Amino acid sequence: MKLYDSTELAVRNLRESFLRNSLTTIGISVGVASLVAMLSLGIGLQKLAGRRLQSSGLFDTVIVTSRRDLRGFNREQEDNGPAPADSPALDEPARQKLEQLPNVIEAYPDIRFITELRFEGSPHLTMVAGLPFSSKNNDAFDGMQGNFFSSDSAPEAILQKAFAEELLGRTPKRGADDVNVRELATPLLGKELVLSYTERTATPSASSEADRGSDAAAYSVVRHRQALKIVGISDLDPDSMRGQARARVFLPLKFAQSLHVMQASDVRDTTRLPGSAPTYSNVSVRLKSPKNVQAVEDAIKKMGFNTFSITDATRSMRQFFAVLDLFLGIFGSLALAVASIGIVNTLVMAILERRREIGIMKALGASDADVKGLFFAEAGAMGVFGGAVGVALGWTIGRIINLGTNVYLRRQNFPPEQIWFVPWWLIAGAIVFSIIISLLSGLYPASRAARLDPVQALRYE
Amino acid sequence: MSTPRTDGNPSPEIAVLTDNICRHYQMGEALIPAVDGISLEIRSGEFVALLGTSGSGKSSLLNLIAGLDRPTSGKVVVHGSDLADLSRAELAKYRLHTVGMVFQSFNLIPRMTLLENVELPMRIAEVNRNKREALALKALERVGLGKRKKHRPVELSGGEQQRASLARALINQPRLLLADEPTGNLDSRTGTEIMNFIREFNESLGMTIVMVTHERALAEQYARRMISLADGKLIDDRATASAATAVVRRGEL
Ligand SMILES: Nc1ncnc2c1ncn2[C@@H]1O[C@H](COP(=O)(O)OP(=O)(O)OP(=O)(O)O)[C@@H](O)[C@H]1O
Ligand SMILES: [Mg+2]
Repeated sequence: MKLYDSTELAVRNLRESFLRNSLTTIGISVGVASLVAMLSLGIGLQKLAGRRLQSSGLFDTVIVTSRRDLRGFNREQEDNGPAPADSPALDEPARQKLEQLPNVIEAYPDIRFITELRFEGSPHLTMVAGLPFSSKNNDAFDGMQGNFFSSDSAPEAILQKAFAEELLGRTPKRGADDVNVRELATPLLGKELVLSYTERTATPSASSEADRGSDAAAYSVVRHRQALKIVGISDLDPDSMRGQARARVFLPLKFAQSLHVMQASDVRDTTRLPGSAPTYSNVSVRLKSPKNVQAVEDAIKKMGFNTFSITDATRSMRQFFAVLDLFLGIFGSLALAVASIGIVNTLVMAILERRREIGIMKALGASDADVKGLFFAEAGAMGVFGGAVGVALGWTIGRIINLGTNVYLRRQNFPPEQIWFVPWWLIAGAIVFSIIISLLSGLYPASRAARLDPVQALRYE
Repeated sequence: MSTPRTDGNPSPEIAVLTDNICRHYQMGEALIPAVDGISLEIRSGEFVALLGTSGSGKSSLLNLIAGLDRPTSGKVVVHGSDLADLSRAELAKYRLHTVGMVFQSFNLIPRMTLLENVELPMRIAEVNRNKREALALKALERVGLGKRKKHRPVELSGGEQQRASLARALINQPRLLLADEPTGNLDSRTGTEIMNFIREFNESLGMTIVMVTHERALAEQYARRMISLADGKLIDDRATASAATAVVRRGEL
């Protein structure tokens, strides 16, 4: 019998015991829906995490550290590459070399220090970081109040919102709703913040032309004060960020560099051979496109440095989500497994009911394969219907949960998030999976029907 | 599969040959010899009635000829091919193309309309869809049921159902019609109607007919040869009274 004919007969047979077959098909639908719901939740969360990572500004950035200073970010880097002692120092010439690599826009040192800031006379100790002017276009600062720095060397500051709260004397209670950034901005923007810092200068005894060059290991430390104008309040959550974004006060990078603030790495420099140049604890390399990350990272590794990039960050994330998706998939499949037992049950019952009919068909000349094909087609048809309805159901459930979540988020003054995502391949895959499961369930009933002895089947009414 | 035809053979070809066939059923300890060593030769175009008391093995013999069952021993040869040589799939093809079957209980599929029932063997034979419907309708019209094509079997009388099942049995133009008490569930008037159709197929299409029946009178009137069974054995094999008249009638044609 032709596939089309068996399918047509199968669909009519299914219609004949409508209630029973509908219930079985609904069982499959629920299974498929739960699978789709679970997996699209996993995929949606993965996408969300990806977006978070993207807005961390790390997407087109490779962070470079010297093997002399830090251990690698992962074991692979530690096990390969030159020994720490043989690896190059991360100093100004190295930074320039990094900037010369193809597809690199800029390479800037990470300037960061912990110091005291005075606001209206009261001291606040915190982490200050230099921020390259190019960050202006970074979507990480989308939610900022006020303006970005007016120039790369202006004595201005952008505050992270938690620090802004601290300045205003509002210590948020744990678990309390997040404060509105706009509320914090009004009393702070344009106000003055006084930065105390220690400048690293060449020792008076050292030759003045050498300045920070030949024998910089010997230097003096001078205390300074610098007035800053508050221009912006950022709503970034420092805990979700890496690198300089972890700081709570940002200064323009050029300006921060010009202060020659004593860095943690400077102390390390004193322990090294006299004559070695000052080094940076890390350098951020910004790329033309996120696509270049891997190539540039490889080039930098070849130079003997350690790197950290989005690929490293996502690697562990991908692993996590692979495991999560697997678990969600298994839970989703459980319902489908139960549904497949329903198919077996329904078809076995159909065989008992249609014993005589099978006998007639065989007497008329239907082969074992024809009978098998007919029951297979019935199982397959249930799989198709169940899969289609299940995908629609799963999609609807997803929409509802997404809507519910967003209603909640909006009430809590959070921006809406899409935690639910159903890619087309999941839809296609779920339907195909449902058909495969149904066909597998049809395997036993179909071969049982095919083996039926026509003489016995026709013998009794 | 199509059985080899030996057209142009002057003497009538042998349609069915059974050589000492047995079909024994094992029922626990007891061995039931439903068919017990029957040797037969049925020529092409013959109309044979199988007679015998209930349990004498008529249906069992018919099923062996139909290839629905395999003999315990002995062989069945239909139009030159030994059914024992055929695989299960080939046996199905043999039933599909060479054999048409009619049963006492009509055996129409209740969920299908008459037209679909008649169409079913062609569907199994993978006949083109458009051709199928036209042929099925023609077959229904031939048995006078053209107007009932959309009806389901339960909506028809017994006689009508049996006519539909005759149309179905003939749709693939088999050379052999096997009928197991086709009039057993019908009153005598409707039974006669069915018998007239069967005789017509035998005479106008030259179809070989093997018909199981309880009624000796029916066998005498329509068949040309009567084979009697008892306890699975052949006890009598002779021409009927109508055989002579049939020859006369054939001469008239
Ligand atoms: N599947 C089976 N298992 C066991 N015994 C069987 C089976 N089929 C038939 N028999 C036995 O074989 C014998 C012949 O049965 P069969 O159906 O051929 O008789 P019959 O002549 O057609 O009878 P009836 O006129 O009642 O239809 C009977 O005794 C029956 O009980
Ligand atoms: Mg019988």
